[in-house]
Amino acid sequence: MLSLRNLSKRFGGVVAVDRVSLEVAAGEVHALIGPNGAGKTTLVSQISGSLSSDEGRIDFQGLDVTKAKPHERVRLGLARSHQITSIFRRFSVLDNLALAVQARSGSSFSFWRPVAAEAALFDEARGISREIGLAERLQVTAGNLAHGEQRALEVGLALATRPKLVLLDEPMAGMGPQESQRMIALIGRIRAGVTVLLVEHDMDAVFRLADRITVLVNGRVIATGKPEAIRADPQVRRAYLGDELAA
Amino acid sequence: MRIIFFILVLIFPLAMSAIDQPFYVSVATRILIYAMAAASLNLVLGYGGMVSFGHAAFFGAGAYVVGILAVEGVTSLWIAWPAAIAVAALAALVIGAISLRTRGVYFIMITLAFAQMMYYVFVSMKAYGGDDGLSLPARSTPGFGISLSNDFVWYYLVLALLSMILFLLHRLVHSRFGRVIEAIRENETRASAVGYPVYRYKLLCFVISGAVAGLAGALIANQTSYVGPALLHWVQSGTLMVMVILGGVGRFWGGPVGAVVLLALEELFSGSPLLGPFALHWQLPVGAILLAVVLFAPRGIAGAFAKKPQ
Repeated sequence: MLSLRNLSKRFGGVVAVDRVSLEVAAGEVHALIGPNGAGKTTLVSQISGSLSSDEGRIDFQGLDVTKAKPHERVRLGLARSHQITSIFRRFSVLDNLALAVQARSGSSFSFWRPVAAEAALFDEARGISREIGLAERLQVTAGNLAHGEQRALEVGLALATRPKLVLLDEPMAGMGPQESQRMIALIGRIRAGVTVLLVEHDMDAVFRLADRITVLVNGRVIATGKPEAIRADPQVRRAYLGDELAA
Repeated sequence: MRIIFFILVLIFPLAMSAIDQPFYVSVATRILIYAMAAASLNLVLGYGGMVSFGHAAFFGAGAYVVGILAVEGVTSLWIAWPAAIAVAALAALVIGAISLRTRGVYFIMITLAFAQMMYYVFVSMKAYGGDDGLSLPARSTPGFGISLSNDFVWYYLVLALLSMILFLLHRLVHSRFGRVIEAIRENETRASAVGYPVYRYKLLCFVISGAVAGLAGALIANQTSYVGPALLHWVQSGTLMVMVILGGVGRFWGGPVGAVVLLALEELFSGSPLLGPFALHWQLPVGAILLAVVLFAPRGIAGAFAKKPQ
């Protein structure tokens, strides 16, 4: 479904992503792990198109999207959530989701008809709010939501674009154990309909959800495989997992 | 309260002639024109979050189109006004296409720079008055045997146009397009990440705003029967911005309310009845009031009266 070939990104003299090749198959949850500064977020930004790539090629569903703009990739079904919560803080939860639904349902170069009259947009937004567990919070201003709720909305905005592949950049960042469990359950639910590339530090979540894992260290892929294989890989253990797995 | 205000605006000329003060009809017409210009700025500034510090360029361009055409003998309203709108929109398209590639303070500076460039272009156009500007022989002619030289007719025409523009803007900001514009103001990265081509939306918003400012410019040229480079000066851009801030940034009535309050205050304090010899320094009390609004009603006058925060 998604195929990266020799993708690189440099910032000045620093090579953040170094000839990364990666295949994400349709229907899988593919986890991307690695220590801080390994280049995970940079890679996600290259895939979503908010950062350009210096080298290499990105194919999505057989189409070369290396040069495509972010909004064009969303249209093709490639959406992302952000590590640092990025929502429309002064919009209500419902308006946040409706706006994301609107982006892919018909033209928004429409100047006359009141958007509030478009029941279909809001119905679909309500549907997504149920999926992410915010159905009771529709009228709350997004900036006033609890941290975990904002993270759920962040994922909801990506889902509202009806992606085929969703890039989740540390969806559990800053969450307490309870909130994390809820997010794990949410990802478990959505995986039935959408392929997931999951960047996450929470190893519990990664090993519970992932079908395959890719390990990124210093911008390079050092291993890709099934969770058991990754767990057993001596190179991975040395570079990254270490204590956490031994425990 | 809104209803009372509408009725006041509607009967204002009749009331003024009843108390034998027709001069104030002309003052009020000028305020209505500035209300339109400020509303157009509020679309980009308040709704779109684009702090354009060169809005006078489009206002002045519209005025100059009417002025130059009039000097060249084209006085038909049906030619001059659409031409003013088109030229202002085109200017906004060119300036916007370049400026919108920048953000924040760079955007402010580049729009200011473009407006000042246009200012100097008109200052140096000796054929059309240069520094002195040019006088229009008469107001634009609508045909059908109607003359706009009567200040009452003129007032109601301007009022009708302002109402129409405000109605269109009201539809616009509540449409899909308006929603996207506000979303971009709130979080441009996110708007792009849910699939909106952000640049295109901003540019179109900028052009619509410029076109409306162009119409306001066409009206101000007719209002005073004079156009001069001062219409494009950065002080003019600043005045429009002050109106929007005073009235309420991103509030639907922000632009018109700000224009009414600022120009009414100016009228009040610059005339001698209230301050006597100190009227020369009318900016001082107006400045104090501006300061008070910014300090005590940071959402503007329209924002202070709104029931719920937007």
